[in-house]
This record gives sequence, C-alpha cells and structure tokens, in this order.
Amino acid sequence: MSSEKNNLKNSSYTDSSYETIIGLETHVELATNTKMFCGCALSFGAEPNSKTCPVCLGMPGTLPVINKRAVEFAVKIAIALHCKINSYSIFHRKNYFYPDMPKNYQISQYDYPLGSSGYLDVNMGDYTRRIGITRVHMEEDTGKLIHTGSSGRISESDSSIVDFNRAGTPLIEIVTEPDIKSPAEAKEYLVALRTLLLYLDVSDCSMEQGSLRCDANISIKKAGSQGMGVKTEIKNLNSFRFLQRGLEYEEQRQAALIENGEKVMQQTRHYDHITDSTKALRSKEEAHDYRYFPDPDLVPVFMDDDMVEGIKSSIPELPSAKIERYKSGFGLPEADSRFLASDKNTAAYFESCAALCKKDRLKSVSNWIIGDFTALLNKASISISSAKIKPSGLCSLIDMIESGKISIRSAKSVFEEMFNSGKEPQEIVKGKDMEQISDGSVLEKIIDDVINKNPSVVEQYKSGKEKAIGFLIGQVMAATKGKANPALVNEILIKRLKLNP
Amino acid sequence: MKIISGQEVRHIAKLAELDFSEEELSKITSQLDDILEHVAIITRADTSGAEPTSHTLKISNVFREDKVRQSLAKEDALKNAPERCGDGFLVPKID
Repeated sequence: MSSEKNNLKNSSYTDSSYETIIGLETHVELATNTKMFCGCALSFGAEPNSKTCPVCLGMPGTLPVINKRAVEFAVKIAIALHCKINSYSIFHRKNYFYPDMPKNYQISQYDYPLGSSGYLDVNMGDYTRRIGITRVHMEEDTGKLIHTGSSGRISESDSSIVDFNRAGTPLIEIVTEPDIKSPAEAKEYLVALRTLLLYLDVSDCSMEQGSLRCDANISIKKAGSQGMGVKTEIKNLNSFRFLQRGLEYEEQRQAALIENGEKVMQQTRHYDHITDSTKALRSKEEAHDYRYFPDPDLVPVFMDDDMVEGIKSSIPELPSAKIERYKSGFGLPEADSRFLASDKNTAAYFESCAALCKKDRLKSVSNWIIGDFTALLNKASISISSAKIKPSGLCSLIDMIESGKISIRSAKSVFEEMFNSGKEPQEIVKGKDMEQISDGSVLEKIIDDVINKNPSVVEQYKSGKEKAIGFLIGQVMAATKGKANPALVNEILIKRLKLNP
Repeated sequence: MKIISGQEVRHIAKLAELDFSEEELSKITSQLDDILEHVAIITRADTSGAEPTSHTLKISNVFREDKVRQSLAKEDALKNAPERCGDGFLVPKID
C-alpha cells in the first residue's frame, strides 16, 4: 500500500496526457409495497428474517409471481431514460454460490431486458455530456450478510449471519455505455439520475440505506491512442463524493502503473473511504460464470403500446422540461432554473408561488428560495416541503417589499421569523413596528435634522465628493432603525442638498 | 460419446464449492454424461420451423397486485436453519 501511495506522487496523470473512460452500473431498490416475486412487505430496518415467505426463502415447490407495480416502475424509469421499451422480455436465473440468496440463483434479466438504448443528458456547467444507457433491467435484491469473527458456534472458522428480509426486493439495474470521460462527469451523472428517479417517485434513493448503489468500470489510455485501456471494476462507491474520489484515485493508480511500465490488471477493486484508495479484492477467476438460463417458473412479459402509453401518461414533468419552461415561460436565468428543478419538492414549492404571484416577481421568489430559504432549510436539516413558510407567505412578503412597505433588510429578519414561527409576514411586521417609512414628510424632517448635524459631510458632498452621501443615508437609516425607504431617502437627500445654499 | 469432460465437472464443482476426490470425480463425470446423453435425444427433433421459447406454456403477463401478504413468523422462517445466531441464519463464510 505504501509503495502504491508513493507511486502516486510520481504519477503524471493530467487531464491532457490521458483519456479516461468510465461506465457505471447503478442499482435502484424500488419503493413498492411488496417484493418482486412474493407478497412480503418491504421494510428497511425490520427485525431480521421477519419479512420472508416460502417464495423468497427459495423453498421447493414455490412459484414466483411478478409484481405488477414493479414492472410499471421499471417501465417509467426506462421511458424517462429515453430507452426503447422491448415488447418481449424474459427473466433469467443468474446462478452463483453465495449465501445471500437462498435459491443459489438470483432472478434477473439477461439478453431480453425490459429497456435498452437510451440516454441521459448531464449538465456540466459549460457543456452537456450525453451518456448512453445500454440497458434497464429488472431483478431481485439479495439478502444481507453480516460477517462475524470466530463466533464460538462454528469453532475456529469465520462465519456469516444472513438476514433474508431484503432478498427479493425489486431492483432495477441501469447500465451506461462507456461514455463518461471523468470522475466529475460520473458524479454528475449519478446526481442527475437520482433526481430523475425521485421525480418518478419510484425509489427513496437513499445511498446511506443502500437503496441507490453504484459500481464503476474505469480505464485510462494515452491521449489520442487507439482502442481502450484495461479496465478495473470499482465497488463500494456509496456516496456522490466517494464515487468521484474513488475514480480519481483509480485514474492516478492506473497512470502510475503505466508510467512505471507495468500493466493494469483487469480486476475488481474495493474503494475504502478511510484510506481514500482502492484495494484489489481476492480474484475469483471463475466468478463470472453465472450460467444464465431462462427461468422456467416465470412467463414472458409482453409490453404493448397501450400499456407503455398508459405508464407514460403517469410520468410527471421531468427536470429537463421544467428547466426549459422556467427559462422560456418565466424568464428565469439558466442557473436559477437548474437549481429550482434540481429537487422535486423545491420545484413544486416554486410552482405554487408562481401560481400566486405576478410573473415579474418570480425572480424575487427564486432569489429567496435559492438564498435565505435554502440556507435556513440546510441549517435546520429539513425539506422545503415541511417548512412552516407557505408559498402564500413568501408571496405576501415579496409584495410588501415591492410596494415599499418594508425594506429588504427588515424583510430578511421577517423571513427568518416566518421560517421559525410560521406566522404571516403582515402579523410579524405589525407586532414589531417594522413597517418601512415611505412617507415623504416624515422622512424630510429626519433628513433635515441629519443635514444640520453634519455640516462638514455636507460640505464634502457639495465640493464634489459624491460618495459622502452614503454616510448621510446611513445616519438616516440609523435614526429610523433601518425602517426608512432607502430609495426615497436617497431621492429626498439629493433634493435637499441641492436646495441648501 | 462424451458430452461432458472431467475438466468441466471440476469447474462446476468449484463454482458450487464442492470438493471431490479423483475417484468420485470420474464416477460423477461418467454418470452425468449418461444423463446428458439420454436428454440429448431431444435434439433429434426437427425444430427448424419453431420459434425459440423460454416457457412451455403459451401464456404471458402473469402479474400480481402489489398487496402485502402475511410473511412467515420469524421463528418459522428460522426453523430449518442448520445453525442460527440471534435472529439470523448462521452459515460458513464464503470468500
């Protein structure tokens, strides 16, 4: 390990000397009520082995039956990824010997997947990368293993404890083409995919709980050279950050090998976020011999146009369409549109506001959501959908600012109180004596007083130092405890200074 | 006629984490070969006009509604466990 680390220091991987090719395989647990092939409830964190039945325990003589909703969810995902929905698809048995599946095989799809040949456009700021989707297929998740040390029960040997609650959970595998050119693109792909899946309402996509998991294949080659380098498969990339870091490490490691005249071995490596490095897993030369064959217990799935159209009509407006609509329909900048559409709940909130207030105030709505609102939500670790400020409250606050009733500065503290208490802004302003002073005659008196008290500053202004007015405005604001309408103060001050000889 | 070789049987045994002596291996290989030879009779059927199929019945789209059914009681689920540890099945660790 330490020699590997030293090698990295000498590595000459730079963006221009090598080209990176990455393909991702993502697994998504569907948020159905029941498992893929039996009626056992899905419930994360339930007592071990309390959600099993003869079907998911692989008892002889049982028959799996396909969960209709899981198929609908899978079709939704495939459509949203612009895949071709294959009219004929079948399930295969993927045979392997490992105690996480009681049947000794996993029901999966092989050469007739549900969806194929799609894409996802990933925004990288100054460019968009279109990433091909090779296939979207249905399968079942495995059980969970906890590896133990010498337990005393099986003397001398290490053993595993198996919980089959997860075995049989509907799982969708999404495989990309090797179109991803950098670890940063890989991360943004996963972010975009997760957003899409949350919009579709098919999974909770919790990376901590393992309902969204990602493995990567990565190879590098000298820039401009033909063909592809030898790839490694990286596992345990279970957060956006680890996905990017693990792949960045692997780029460096492979480059160091090539620089030293060594060969990159085709192998599976495990990312360890504590050491921030990848380590080869014990190689299993014959591990990939899964001996797939069609599962004789399951009949084919035929998808006709009516079924596909029916499912298509249940798909809500997706982020890419929303971004376009916010830009062209509401006149919002690209960055605002992307931010608002990047989260389903934020978009819903913004659209509730849009239904309540005038179109020329939507930029203000967007500013509040992106700025103060998000900051407070993050600080409180809550979602916008459970915030106490209702869209009507935010719109009223903006109305009060626009009509000159309160200043932006006091609006910020009103907003914070709305956030904490859920009170309407009118109520807060009344109780606090915060209403902005926009009465010219009231302001004139205060302004005259400030002018009289600061003859030297007035002199500076008159001798051409126009910036001196800032000090006078500050004095007026202080005298009114920040309640004076700044635009009006500015206007009256200039008029008064010009009048005064 | 040899349909399956000793090498293939060894490979499959390894996939299944099974250990055989050379003597057992040669006995199993010959027995498996007899079975495969018998089943191979089916390949004599003329299938030139038949569509490939994955299922013997002409049915498709058999689905169930996404409705929860009672799972087994935990104790029943664990009844066949060769060994258990707490509420889990205890099995030898496989690398």
